Amino acid sequence: MLKDVTLGQYFPGDTVVHRLDPRTKILMVILYIAALFNAKSWISYGVVLVFLAAAIAVSRIRLKAMLKGLKPVVFIVVLTSLLNLLYGRGEIIAQWWIFHITREGIKAAILMGARLVMLVMGTFMLTYTTSPIMLTYGLELLLNPLKKLKVPVHELAMMMSMALRLIPTLIEETDKIMSAQKARGAEFDTGNLIEKAKAMLPILVPLFLSSFRRADELATAMEARCYHGGEGRTRLNVLKMAARDHITLGVGLALLAGVIALAKLGL
Amino acid sequence: MNEPILKTENLTHVYSPGTPFEMTALNGVDLEIRKGEILGIIGHTGSGKSTLIQHLNALIKPTSGRVLLEGRDINESKSAIRQARSRVGLVFQYPEYQLFEETVYKDIAFGPKNMKLSPEEIDRRVREAAGFVGVEELLDRSPFDLSGGQKRRVAIAGVIAMMPEVLVLDEPMAGLDPGGCREIMDNILSYHDKTGAAVVVVTHSMEEAARRADRMVVLNHGTVAMSGAPEEIFARGDELRKMGLAAPVMTELSQRLRALGVELPGTVYTVEQMAAALLELEGGRGRA
Repeated sequence: MLKDVTLGQYFPGDTVVHRLDPRTKILMVILYIAALFNAKSWISYGVVLVFLAAAIAVSRIRLKAMLKGLKPVVFIVVLTSLLNLLYGRGEIIAQWWIFHITREGIKAAILMGARLVMLVMGTFMLTYTTSPIMLTYGLELLLNPLKKLKVPVHELAMMMSMALRLIPTLIEETDKIMSAQKARGAEFDTGNLIEKAKAMLPILVPLFLSSFRRADELATAMEARCYHGGEGRTRLNVLKMAARDHITLGVGLALLAGVIALAKLGL
Repeated sequence: MNEPILKTENLTHVYSPGTPFEMTALNGVDLEIRKGEILGIIGHTGSGKSTLIQHLNALIKPTSGRVLLEGRDINESKSAIRQARSRVGLVFQYPEYQLFEETVYKDIAFGPKNMKLSPEEIDRRVREAAGFVGVEELLDRSPFDLSGGQKRRVAIAGVIAMMPEVLVLDEPMAGLDPGGCREIMDNILSYHDKTGAAVVVVTHSMEEAARRADRMVVLNHGTVAMSGAPEEIFARGDELRKMGLAAPVMTELSQRLRALGVELPGTVYTVEQMAAALLELEGGRGRA
């Protein structure tokens, strides 16, 4: 039930995409998004789509998992497309009451919908193929220059990785507590809004208590192992950019440059 | 032999089907729980014990197969599910983590209240359930001020207050000291003796299971590997060891003594039984 949440889920695998340096993947997502937002025409969208399809194919992520992850954004995509469709400017094809459908409107609706879907799928490629630990490590390395500005980069990365680490644990715990209260006859999906909110209490109280206990235990365990922040801390596995990372980044830059060039050419 | 109250038929459960995390937790389990019996379910970690018991009150729906409560499929309708939840009481592992009310009284009353009983009946049941586990004096205290063992007993009382005909407990003794273990076991047994409810205890410890169980079922990789009286199960020590389990220490000892030619009488799986058997042997020799 709750385990079906795909947000930030990682699908282990051993493909080129999985093995890429997390920094490369983060930068690629940024380049991809930049390309996507610079795309204006069918052709440039096509180019970005081909790139996305190739990445999905190489990573061997199942299309089913991708589509499942899209579920939460379906509403936004449909709404955006509808608004674009009904309020477009230009040559009018059909008209009804205050709505008028134009040729440009149809194009905008399709492209905006596609843009949102491709945006979500592209970012999924990052979280689906990168373990949370690698992701935060990559982020920490990328943000390292900010240390000069006294930004506590390591601490932020540590907090993020702990939060990510605890999400599945909390979901599991919530599931367990819900089951236990259901076994005592609790029902969570009946009654009006106030009754439903009240029904959450038997879950929230134990969940908060165990979260505090867990945080306390984790802090103690870390201090017992002499954790005292990022200073002087080294890594067992140090990330190194390989040839494949440079090639991938080259492809990403080419993609962005290509899309911008297409836009300049008015295509 | 008593008639069965709860039955599973060819019960199969697969987690996350169609993803890389796909796992078959149960594979064609046929289990029978008879009226008023004490059944021990044993199996090592990951053998499917927890998945199995969550099917018994419809918390999990089977991938295939059925669960029958007195012949009726418990997943058949919403009312059947609700009935199963109150007639089959399920105490989870570490149940003390599900306490949430301000007082022990209110927490124990949560189950009966959900059953929509009258206030007088709720009050009667809360006091009775508290009596079974010996927490009558704690009813006005906050459950969070209690000791670990007391919390555990309050949580068990919360399920007993629903007066289930089948009481299922998942590792009820986990993490308690020997004194606490005995108390909890005595509480459970007194509920069984006074109400005639069937009791199912899930554990990985043979000693606990053997002490009072009428029957035992051994789960291994999601299937029923053995089932029978405790002495029948323990006689198959080698097979148990292969499944990552072992017969009680005293049973092993008695088997080795017998292999050495010491003719111990009766079946042995507790220290007390061993002592009695040795005394009997000694007495026999004195006469000879």
